[in-house]
Amino acid sequence: MSDAGPLARLEEVGLSHDGGKTFILRHVSLNLHKGEFVALLGPSGVGKSTLLRVLMGLSKPSEGTVVGPTQDGAGTSHGASEGRRRAQALVFQDARLMPWRSVLRNVAFGQEGLGLTRQAKRERALAALRLVGLEDAADRWPRRLSGGQRQRVGVARALTVDPDLLLMDEPFGALDPITRSSLQDELLRIWQQTHKTVLFVTHDIEEALKLATRIVVLSGSPAGITGELELGAGEKEPDSPAFRMYAARLRAMIAGEPDPGGAPYWQSAEI
Amino acid sequence: MTTALSPRQRLALSGLGLIVFFGGWEAAVRTGLLPSGMVPAPSSLWQAWLDEVHGGFWQQAILDSLSHYALGLLFGSVLGALTGLLCGMVPVLDAFLAGIVHLLRPVPGLAWVPFAILWFGLNTSGATFVIAISVFWINFYAAYAAVRSVDPELYELASAFGHGSFLGRLFKVVLPASAPGVMAGLRTGLGQGWMSVVAAELFGVPGIGARMMQASSLLATDVVVVYMLTMALLYALTDFLFGFVRVRVLRWQA
Repeated sequence: MSDAGPLARLEEVGLSHDGGKTFILRHVSLNLHKGEFVALLGPSGVGKSTLLRVLMGLSKPSEGTVVGPTQDGAGTSHGASEGRRRAQALVFQDARLMPWRSVLRNVAFGQEGLGLTRQAKRERALAALRLVGLEDAADRWPRRLSGGQRQRVGVARALTVDPDLLLMDEPFGALDPITRSSLQDELLRIWQQTHKTVLFVTHDIEEALKLATRIVVLSGSPAGITGELELGAGEKEPDSPAFRMYAARLRAMIAGEPDPGGAPYWQSAEI
Repeated sequence: MTTALSPRQRLALSGLGLIVFFGGWEAAVRTGLLPSGMVPAPSSLWQAWLDEVHGGFWQQAILDSLSHYALGLLFGSVLGALTGLLCGMVPVLDAFLAGIVHLLRPVPGLAWVPFAILWFGLNTSGATFVIAISVFWINFYAAYAAVRSVDPELYELASAFGHGSFLGRLFKVVLPASAPGVMAGLRTGLGQGWMSVVAAELFGVPGIGARMMQASSLLATDVVVVYMLTMALLYALTDFLFGFVRVRVLRWQA
């Protein structure tokens, strides 16, 4: 496959639910490149999840173009792909498991309709469960799982369709800090193992800094992209000066203030 | 007072309740508190039952009624649940049928008897029709309510994983998610079905209901009570058997 273009892209996307009187999203352009881990950062209720759904093909944009990933990378349409995988998969904030299905069958749900044999589905689902460390829970009912375990199942369900693009809608937002932190570490491990392209929605600056290779800030009303930050591997140590500098810049981007720039605040004259 | 009772305690108390009920009844008749011409003593029921069995009436009535019951239940449940599911899923159909539903819903099964005779005659089909109608509405409303209470976020989940079509939503979300409600409707229908058997057979189609009517016109109250108890027993049996199906289908709720 050539690296000719981005894996998926949004061009001047706008979304309005009242025929154009008011817009939720406006002039949103975003390119996602293969292998990236992009955090979509913004305040609660700004429209991050909505943007994710537009990219997923679950809502139609009122303006602009959405080009999702396809299997051959030709970029013709978005949504479910042909063949034995799906081009993109979504992890929900609330895990959203089907209570009437066992853990294994919840994971296998994503593959239904892909023309796989029963055995193949089972094996792929088990492999995905192994990847999130829940192989032993395959036969349990979702009711019996903790919040963290439920999210792992949601991640496994998305991974099992072998998507090019993994869309995650604040997947760890409702978890306690300890569970959240360990799931973040696991997600990074899975990302490094699978080389998936990830778009991760969050309102947590530290989470975005910890996980992403690039952070895109969505802010304002109607929401648009108000800033972007490319992160190097060595700059993500929490409590490091670089980390704090980035956090300050991101806060400014969210607030719609001018970017304080690269100079760490401890070098400024104020202190 | 909300003392939790163990299942065994509940069973024992319910048995005790029955003993007190029949014991009190027997005592009331024997002491003359209740005139025996009006109410048969429980002890006289045994003989009445044996007579019915020896004449072959009891077995025949059960067989006849069971066939009305089974057919009526089958048609009423399947059609009712299907219509309810479709109305719950398709707003256009729901709105279209809303007026008709309100028109027909309050009509009791008994009121359909003249039409059952006209359309089907004094036979199994006529009785089946009357039972099916009363079972239909219970299942219709149960299925309808069950579909309407399906978590809408599950539809989004289905769409996200390529099952956003009508059939995808039906099979992946609506049927399994509404199963508890549909099963509750089926179960209520099991009871309603037996109640309707009497109405369905009132006009002369042979069965338990018809036999009860014959006995009551002869003031043979003991025979009437024998068939009342027979029906209670059959209901308990069907409900018990349905419990097994329910537990299997709704394993995830346990």
